[in-house]
Amino acid sequence: MSVLVLAGTAENKVLKSAFEAVSYGAKIASDAGTDLHVIAFGGASSEDLMGLGTYGANAIFVEKSINNTQPFQMANAMTEIAGKVGATIIVVSYDETGKAVAPIVSAKMKAGLVAGVVDFADVSNGVIVKKSVFSGKAFARVKFNSEVAIIGLTPNSVGAKEMAGSPEVKDANTTMGDARITLKETKKEDLGGQVPLPEAELVVSAGRGLKGPENWGMIEELASILGATTACSRPVSDLDWRPHHEHVGQTGLAIRPNLYIAIGISGAIQHLAGVNASKVIVVINTDPEAPFFKAADYGIVGDAFEVVPKLIEAAKAFKANN
Amino acid sequence: MKILVAISKAPDTTSKISFTDGDTKFNEAGVQFIVNPYDEWYALVRALELKEANGGSVTTITVGGADADPIIRKALAIGADNAVRVDATPSDAYFVASQISEYAKDKEYDLVMTGKETIDYNGSQVGGLVAGMLDLPYLPNISKLDVAGTTATAEREIQGGEEVLETQLPLVLSASKGMAEQRIPNMRGIMAARAKKLEVIPAASGEALTEIIDYSLPPAKSAVKLIDPENAADLIELLHSEAKVI
Repeated sequence: MSVLVLAGTAENKVLKSAFEAVSYGAKIASDAGTDLHVIAFGGASSEDLMGLGTYGANAIFVEKSINNTQPFQMANAMTEIAGKVGATIIVVSYDETGKAVAPIVSAKMKAGLVAGVVDFADVSNGVIVKKSVFSGKAFARVKFNSEVAIIGLTPNSVGAKEMAGSPEVKDANTTMGDARITLKETKKEDLGGQVPLPEAELVVSAGRGLKGPENWGMIEELASILGATTACSRPVSDLDWRPHHEHVGQTGLAIRPNLYIAIGISGAIQHLAGVNASKVIVVINTDPEAPFFKAADYGIVGDAFEVVPKLIEAAKAFKANN
Repeated sequence: MKILVAISKAPDTTSKISFTDGDTKFNEAGVQFIVNPYDEWYALVRALELKEANGGSVTTITVGGADADPIIRKALAIGADNAVRVDATPSDAYFVASQISEYAKDKEYDLVMTGKETIDYNGSQVGGLVAGMLDLPYLPNISKLDVAGTTATAEREIQGGEEVLETQLPLVLSASKGMAEQRIPNMRGIMAARAKKLEVIPAASGEALTEIIDYSLPPAKSAVKLIDPENAADLIELLHSEAKVI
């Protein structure tokens, strides 16, 4: 037996979630006393991939010729490598690529897949994992009944921990089959230099309480000082006050940053479903009855137009001294 | 165009979540069930629009007991032509996908559509599993879909943008926000739904590969620490020294 981890890449770079997935796999491999293998796709450089070694990777298989738009070919390659290294546990970060590829691997290998795993696996007797259910409102412990277990890890659940490793980068050389999907165009949003929301540790988010798109200057300023990424509620994105890609909530992105500051957002259950896994939640709202305060760690009952400028000044002073 | 849409029963988003039988079962008492929003608003409605534009049929498929019939009738009222229910407990995604694949495999559907996830188990798996089992191209997390002849063009949301993808029918896709607008069934639709066929078929052989042991609720959040708006600046210090997040 051994552990195989899919290390996600995008635009020829190893994703932050890949380090976490490798670190997660390394813990299982060490608990179970077995080897850790990694597979990566696309054109990330060898130096970049070698970085995975400091999180415990031993062998890193690379299939350079395909990218994330081909879930079938990726699944074929993963299935082949999993067979070659005798993997009984496969770890995949359950981001957009993991969601595309892992179910196909599950079908091909007849391997159980548990998605949305939020904690380390118990491998003392079979494989048991804890996953988020009911859109973050509860957890379930799930047991695998298949020979091979696929763990779909929610990004930013356990973090990445450095561990000694001496990685060797190898050509995967798999038979991936024909490409069935053609990538016609990639449309990139202008993120203004911010960390993309799924990878952001700090998020400053605002809602209809801001009254109009012209008032976002102070939100962007606060985010910029803190090094945070901006987000918004659904109504704000529906009204086109803010770009669609900023929308967090049940129908938008589900995120789990270390800090989520919600300004002028009442905290409807659909919004909470996308942010309730944030480690620390700050709510700023004029309405003391806003449901969001029940989910918050820190709250300020007050007008955003008075509170946010004070926060900006305090954040500037803090950054100057730290 | 022949389209199959997988429809799942899910607790309404605002439901209070609790468990029974020593935290091993979801407590359905007082819970209102709906068509899983991603299956309904995005997959089903886009399927109906494609049928209206190109002709063809839209069939829904659900794996579940008779308790799923009301949400299947709703899908019929919105406009699906007929429905199939595989009479079995949907024990895990692999089992559900095996049932859908078994039903679809010899019926030559041009499109098999699902929502991007269900709002109860949040697996985002059934679409990819069905694609894997039927060996069809898979377009995941799609926010826009057009079909011309046998060519499908789709937009997929990726980190920080979108990709425009093209592939050939038949295919499997999972639908996210943007695919279509919600449709509210009208009285005519509701009346017509009563006469539409809801076929109940026995489960094909298949097994679940995972099993839920028990559930738990997140630890109760300690009360919010309120900061006077006059001293808003204190928040930054608390986030640094107490919460240790900045």
